Amino acid sequence: MSPEAAPRVVIVGAGPAGIRAAETLVAGGLKPVVIDEGERAGGQIYRRPPQGFTRPPETLYGSEAAKAVALHRTFDAMAAAGRLVHHSRSSAVAIADGRLQVLDGTGSRWISYDRLILATGAMDRVMPVPGWENAGVYGLGAMQIALKAQGAALGRRIVLAGSGPLLTLLAVQLLKAGGQVAAVLDTAPMRQQLRGFAGLSARPLFALRGLMMRRRLEGLYHAGVTLDRIEADERGPVAMLWRDEAGRNQRTACDAVGLGWHLRAETRLADLAGCDFAYDETWRQWLPQADATGRAGRGVYLAGDGLTILGADGAEVAGRLAAAACLQDLNLSGPDMAAASRRLARFGRFARGVATAFPWPAETAAGLPDETVVCRCEGVTAGELRRTVDFGGGEVNRVKSLGRVGMGRCQGRYCELAAAEIVAGSAGHACAAAAGRLRGQAPVRPAPIAALIQDVSAEG
Amino acid sequence: MTAAASEGAGRLVRLAEVDRAPLRFFLDGAERQALTGDTVLSAVLSVAPALRRSEFGSEARAGFCLMGACQDCWIWQEDGPRLRACSTPLAEGMRLLSDTPGEWP
Repeated sequence: MSPEAAPRVVIVGAGPAGIRAAETLVAGGLKPVVIDEGERAGGQIYRRPPQGFTRPPETLYGSEAAKAVALHRTFDAMAAAGRLVHHSRSSAVAIADGRLQVLDGTGSRWISYDRLILATGAMDRVMPVPGWENAGVYGLGAMQIALKAQGAALGRRIVLAGSGPLLTLLAVQLLKAGGQVAAVLDTAPMRQQLRGFAGLSARPLFALRGLMMRRRLEGLYHAGVTLDRIEADERGPVAMLWRDEAGRNQRTACDAVGLGWHLRAETRLADLAGCDFAYDETWRQWLPQADATGRAGRGVYLAGDGLTILGADGAEVAGRLAAAACLQDLNLSGPDMAAASRRLARFGRFARGVATAFPWPAETAAGLPDETVVCRCEGVTAGELRRTVDFGGGEVNRVKSLGRVGMGRCQGRYCELAAAEIVAGSAGHACAAAAGRLRGQAPVRPAPIAALIQDVSAEG
Repeated sequence: MTAAASEGAGRLVRLAEVDRAPLRFFLDGAERQALTGDTVLSAVLSVAPALRRSEFGSEARAGFCLMGACQDCWIWQEDGPRLRACSTPLAEGMRLLSDTPGEWP
């Protein structure tokens, strides 16, 4: 196929899904364009430190080292051979008329596409805890990134709180690296964790590994806790106040707090691309809709945690599937994906088990004290949110325009889910789904106006 | 600097990769040391507890997501645009400010 005649497929994201999608397209004879915010491909889970760092993959990625190395090598080999175009440290910020607006350090360019594969991944799903606006409170993922990419702990005495696999994993990784973890506080009661067991048994090895890690946290780990408040002075956290499963008040001194309740899909570009969304009861969040291979219509394909939160292994399979579907739609030959589809179904069962075992504590959000900051960007409190519901009704976009929750720099990424629970609770909705979904707005990352209008496109 | 001497100054604790070449930067006019390969966030938090003040509250801010999603870590420079500290590599001689420049309203 001559380069002029070849359709252009653009992939956003160079994590496990994006890398496997690129590999599948390259094998199908295409030269994809890969846009990624990272300096080096790998995504967050397999994020690589800058050049010149020396820890081996076994230290960085533990049991997943071989997978990480395979992905990095696959991508680097394609890039070195000129089989793909890699825009690193670049953010896709808008989509219009079959074109993507991409920002980098020099300005913005519009890149047209025939097909678009979105592999945008996920971020920490965070529940506000009174005091979480203070410096020194981070997402669990942030603490893992600091350790992996910079060899650093974000505090001298760290409390980790929330729920989900990353809570245990990060605690073990920090301890192993020589960090000090003061407590690991899981809001999921043990009986709830057992309820997820049927799903978790879809990947017995993974489940077993998690249990073994848990045993290494003996004495630090507490299940079924209630998080009351992060006590802070002008420097940052000084203690986490919490209640144990029996309801007794506890206080753990610390100088840093990591928070996270599993993951939230990054869906803003899928929204701008016109994908349909549906509320997922299991994950308690709105997710873009696609068929079993990731086809979302309008020439758009979705893969990885930005579509369904399956984790890294699921993302690799989903990336291949989406690219195979794309090749098929372009009348190009791709690999047979029947076995991959079955694997993905198994990962799906496991993920549902994880979501059941480590739930998002929706009732906690609905009951947050009025003075709790919900929007960390602009300091909007739960009480202010509730007042806008009395005034304008229980719909999140209305609440946003009246109360500015979701209007700040993160564009609702870290407050929207808790805000929806608060709004639903205040309005008397049976479920946060009834509060609706914040509409995505371009640019999906804040950018200086100068960068947005500085068109550095080589092409039209 | 010994670990004891740095206690109380920075928020970030280096657990590995400490043998990198030193890099010099300025925070509020004072010369500071960091390591080659540090992000702006790592460099500042290794010598200070925070990156900036919140515009909407009394508290300080020190980043939150470290993956470019939350925008909590924007920091001023003496000259030039604000930087997203978590995703910007530190460069030799960078001059950073923990507060808004005087002429900014």
